[in-house]
Amino acid sequence: MADERFEPKIIAFLCNWCSYRAADLAGTARIKYEPNIRMLRVMCSGRVDPSFVLKAFALGADGVMIAGCHPGECHYIEQNYKTMRRFSMLKHTLKALGMEDDRIRLQWASAAEGVLLAGAINEMIEQVRALGPLDWPKNWSENGKIDKAIEQLVEEHAEAMEVPV
Amino acid sequence: MSEKGVLALYWAASCGGCEIAVLGINEKILDVAAAFDIVFWPCVLDGKVRDIEKMDDKSIDLCFFNGAIRTSEQEYMARLMRQKSKVLVAFGSCAQEGCIPGLANATTKEAIFQTAYHDTPSTVNPDGVRPQTETEVAEGTLYLPFFYETVKTLGQTVDVDYYLPGCPPEPERIWDAIVAILENKLPAPGSVIGAETTVCDDCPRTRDEKKIKEFKRTWEIIPDPDICLLEQGLVCCGIATRAGCGALCPTVGSPCIGCYGPNEGVEDFGARMMTALASVIDSDDPEEIDRIIHEGIPDPIGTFYRFSLAHSELRRIALPANGGSDAKLETAESA
Repeated sequence: MADERFEPKIIAFLCNWCSYRAADLAGTARIKYEPNIRMLRVMCSGRVDPSFVLKAFALGADGVMIAGCHPGECHYIEQNYKTMRRFSMLKHTLKALGMEDDRIRLQWASAAEGVLLAGAINEMIEQVRALGPLDWPKNWSENGKIDKAIEQLVEEHAEAMEVPV
Repeated sequence: MSEKGVLALYWAASCGGCEIAVLGINEKILDVAAAFDIVFWPCVLDGKVRDIEKMDDKSIDLCFFNGAIRTSEQEYMARLMRQKSKVLVAFGSCAQEGCIPGLANATTKEAIFQTAYHDTPSTVNPDGVRPQTETEVAEGTLYLPFFYETVKTLGQTVDVDYYLPGCPPEPERIWDAIVAILENKLPAPGSVIGAETTVCDDCPRTRDEKKIKEFKRTWEIIPDPDICLLEQGLVCCGIATRAGCGALCPTVGSPCIGCYGPNEGVEDFGARMMTALASVIDSDDPEEIDRIIHEGIPDPIGTFYRFSLAHSELRRIALPANGGSDAKLETAESA
């Protein structure tokens, strides 16, 4: 069991107009990429609120990819520039929270770049695999001893209130 | 039983400002005393936990609980007050979202103990003594509460009926809440008693298009008295913060720091701030964007999560040895 390979869970937000089509293209062209990625289609990479990414990590994702049209090619004119700034802000904050840089990736991929997207997905999976499991919720899980300590309090209160005979 | 309602107020990990805020309703405190029998209020009245333990369940009509949860004793009190109260209100920012005590989640229990019991210049501790949860003395065993690695909000600990935001809640809002409770005109359980707009809606400054090439710290500029502070490059959290304070800080030229918590519908205060600030940066060049953000926001946790780290999606920084929480707790207990 010990040498079983770690299979990371990676959530990807792909824009409808470029990156999701790139993934489709990769599929129709039978380009293989590893199955560790779960793709979610959004209308635009600019739709990806930082809270989506935080939520993915809070629910146990090991990595998050945001993919959109190349800068200057956004279906909604300039929303992917907002994605670019938001991503920088998010990465800066996640670093402060102690998360490794490679766990979050912004990937530009046009509808014609199935090969590029599949390559980026494989690369990210390898990087996250090398980092190991994130399991963020474990950071705040407390153990059963606390319940014992709390139960003990009732007895302590009773003892403290006893009037000595 | 008397016709009066039964009221309890409790504090956990908090600064005591919420207690002062309650007294900030001034002479109306007499109306509160007329409407309620105050059975428990450790800051103000003598009372014993044992007496509360002996009360029937749900025999307290209303409990204002302020403070975050960071020790086993506070968790016990939160559970006790939940059990004995019909309506439990998370009173103030600490109970709602962790607030300043929640910033302890930006460090570790070990680092806190190291600072508090060893490193501070005023500490004289040649034997390196640390508090123990159990200590044997001649008279018997002495107990101390268990100190948590991660500060929790009240809502993460027990079911909360209503939230009253603010650090501290403004006296007018406290009074509004008391009136709403007395007149039984409460919103749906689980909701925040407060406004559903942002601080910007109360701010008298003129707003125009926001385009920023550089974020500025408060000491770097004397802001123009009439223009939106964010447009002047100051990181003002008014855009993400619930109204209720009357925009006190931005009115006098100091940017909002978000003490009234996230506005309605905002799950993660920091995420909302990141989105909003990203939209106003006036650059399409990745390197310039990185420079603006890194130079302008050197402390993203303190800027985006000053009041809400414990309540945020990620709750805390990563622990040095993630996955070793059991071992950590044991080390901390035996240390």
